[in-house]
Amino acid sequence: MELRKNYFADVRKDDLHEIGQPRPRSDSPGHVTGKTAYFADRNFPGMLHLKMVRSPHHHARIRSIDTSEAEKHPGVVKVLTAKDVPHNVYTILILIQVGPEDETVLADGKVRWKGEAVVAVLAETERAAQEAAAKVKVDYEVLPAVFDMEEALKPGAPLVNEYHGQNYYLYDSGECRKVRFGDVEAGFAEADHVLEQSYQSSPIEHAPTETTGCVVVPEGNDRFTCYTNTQAMFFTLDNTSIILQMPGSKLHFVGGTVGGGFGGKVDVIVEPIAILGAKLTGRPVCFIYSREEEMQISSPRAAEKVIIKDGVMKDGRIIARKVTGYTDAGAYSRHSPYGAQKGAGHYPGPYTIPNVWIDTYCVYTNRTPSSAMRGFGVTIGDFALEVQMDKLARLIGMDPLEFRFINAYRDGDMKAHRQPTEGAALIECMQEASRVANWPVAEKYMAMSSYKNGA
Amino acid sequence: MAIRRGRGVAAINYPTGMNLGGDPTQALVHSTPTGNFMVTLSSVDLGQGMKQIMAQICAETIGVPTDRVVVDTADTDTGPHCMGTFASRGTHRAGNAVIQAAKEARQVMLEVAAEELEVNASDLETDGQGNILVKGAPQKSISIFDVALSAHFKRGRSISGRGMFLIPRSHPEKETGAMKPSTCYAHACTVAEVEVDDETGEVTVLTVKNVFEIGRALNPKMVEQQLVGGSWMGISHALYETTEPYYPNRDHGGTDFNQYLMPGPGDLAETEIIVLERPSADGPYGAKGPGEMCANPQIPAVANAVFDAVGVRIDTLPITPERILRALKAQAN
Repeated sequence: MELRKNYFADVRKDDLHEIGQPRPRSDSPGHVTGKTAYFADRNFPGMLHLKMVRSPHHHARIRSIDTSEAEKHPGVVKVLTAKDVPHNVYTILILIQVGPEDETVLADGKVRWKGEAVVAVLAETERAAQEAAAKVKVDYEVLPAVFDMEEALKPGAPLVNEYHGQNYYLYDSGECRKVRFGDVEAGFAEADHVLEQSYQSSPIEHAPTETTGCVVVPEGNDRFTCYTNTQAMFFTLDNTSIILQMPGSKLHFVGGTVGGGFGGKVDVIVEPIAILGAKLTGRPVCFIYSREEEMQISSPRAAEKVIIKDGVMKDGRIIARKVTGYTDAGAYSRHSPYGAQKGAGHYPGPYTIPNVWIDTYCVYTNRTPSSAMRGFGVTIGDFALEVQMDKLARLIGMDPLEFRFINAYRDGDMKAHRQPTEGAALIECMQEASRVANWPVAEKYMAMSSYKNGA
Repeated sequence: MAIRRGRGVAAINYPTGMNLGGDPTQALVHSTPTGNFMVTLSSVDLGQGMKQIMAQICAETIGVPTDRVVVDTADTDTGPHCMGTFASRGTHRAGNAVIQAAKEARQVMLEVAAEELEVNASDLETDGQGNILVKGAPQKSISIFDVALSAHFKRGRSISGRGMFLIPRSHPEKETGAMKPSTCYAHACTVAEVEVDDETGEVTVLTVKNVFEIGRALNPKMVEQQLVGGSWMGISHALYETTEPYYPNRDHGGTDFNQYLMPGPGDLAETEIIVLERPSADGPYGAKGPGEMCANPQIPAVANAVFDAVGVRIDTLPITPERILRALKAQAN
């Protein structure tokens, strides 16, 4: 890595003592010698292991649940179903008033994705819990499922989630989050070329070294200590307090040493049910995802579909951009309504375009609920935008890097969501990339600046 | 049939923080009797090194070496509230809270030192080595060790401070979408060079040259670890990863690292990282959040390089050999 101090030297003071110094990380010796304690390194006498009975169907009504055989299995201490959870229907963003509550801790009457938690088994050993889980008998009536976002949005599609009433999240702005800036149709009419293209991604896994989990200890003072690898301590504590209808003062969360998150540990899935298990048995409980659960049960990055329609002039100016984005939330909201909305705030990318129209949808389908991941609401949009930029440049016979200089945003430019650009540095990044990659561009672009009225 | 070479470019920006939800984080700072400083937070270190960065920010603000600062974090019985570590917010939000808390603690420290030295607190400065000096008369000084002892046992002062950083929630306007989704933006431009085997569809990323603008590199070595890792993740996202290879079909999902593909050590591209620093107006010492954006530009850069090499567009992620071969076949027909 190299720092290029010549850029922006006029707006930066390099007179600091500790900041800017490559100090060694204080936690590195512990990590590389195996001395760092993660939550799962804690072991307590009498600790129980929690395993989930999961739905084998994408969409089904639950006719009945029979746990009698599982309860008789040697080593089993407790079997939990929906009726044991005080506030079983929840949604995590309720903390910032983004409802409705649309997800169950343990399925109640219905499952909406393959892998959904139905029954929790607590046993003396992981093996006993696993074996007993296999003895739980659930009678399902399989329902039609929908996996494709376009199919889900058609009239007559199977309804994924009754708490929403339709297969998309209803924003205060309607069926999608909208951004309207200028007159996009007038822009298309005026453009020398119009190009509409569609981009698609599939879900991906966060793949942290350490899988999601927690260890809960009931303390002598009627409190519960939860050792967890959540990415958000109070967010998890406050949601747990709601789900368990338990005052927050009874909960003590300890974390902060995490083997990778990447957005995959913000969903508040393992802690509430593990604490409930500890409360009902009076014993320590651990609930740790297997690698298979981490990959197929925990939320992935959402699949997205992005349709971009651009109007471009022969001289390289983009004069209109219309983006329609679809985020596949799977069966439940989790963080997806936020992610889709974040996308609306990100388009049309780091370019100044006078006419912009954005619609972003959060769509429900019968698949593993997706949620936050590194680049949430932005990564797939950037893939689509930047491939589109390459196509536009080639369409008008222009060098792809030079084409970006012509459209790059600069300080003071008004963005589509009506914030003036501040602190821009795209042009300088491209100038340095031109140098380091030996990708020459015309001198006038190398003389440009992100500063207001920069050449 | 041949190995074909191509290159592609992508340029991006990335928002720092979670403005659309409201974005608060708090911090507390206090000194021990011997002039070490404790930062108390509930923010989570995911392995990216947040504790180390908070220690350096506190040390810089107080005016002591970093090894005099200890960070106690992610315990809800002791640490004040933090929204969490996500949305590229950790360094920016918690860092600002730590600066505010450390400034308040520093002020008390200087007041105690002023009493000991019988001067005005405004005439004092720190040397960054653990001493407080009179400006213009550096021979008149006192160690922070002695100041802390005095505060604790003689002057009855608590050298401590409270920090709070809040970005109030921005509600998007219904019809126009007017909103403030971020505080500051990081930037990047990546050039990727690939080889594509038009017989097998296999892509080899030869080089990836990333230029990142991140406000300020608070700890350059840690910036490097995050940016190199992010660049690898971007390539992995572009070419390998999916939990549902035939999305929207639910079958064929990987359940372990044998089935869920990622590039191994032999697949690593020659990676170059260049960092520019345009300090942000509201960031701690000008820092922005580079944690997420550093994994984004490689994806379109690789996609564009594949097109440059073999002349087919793969607009569906991941860009697998199967998709490339199918596109080549369709093109030939």
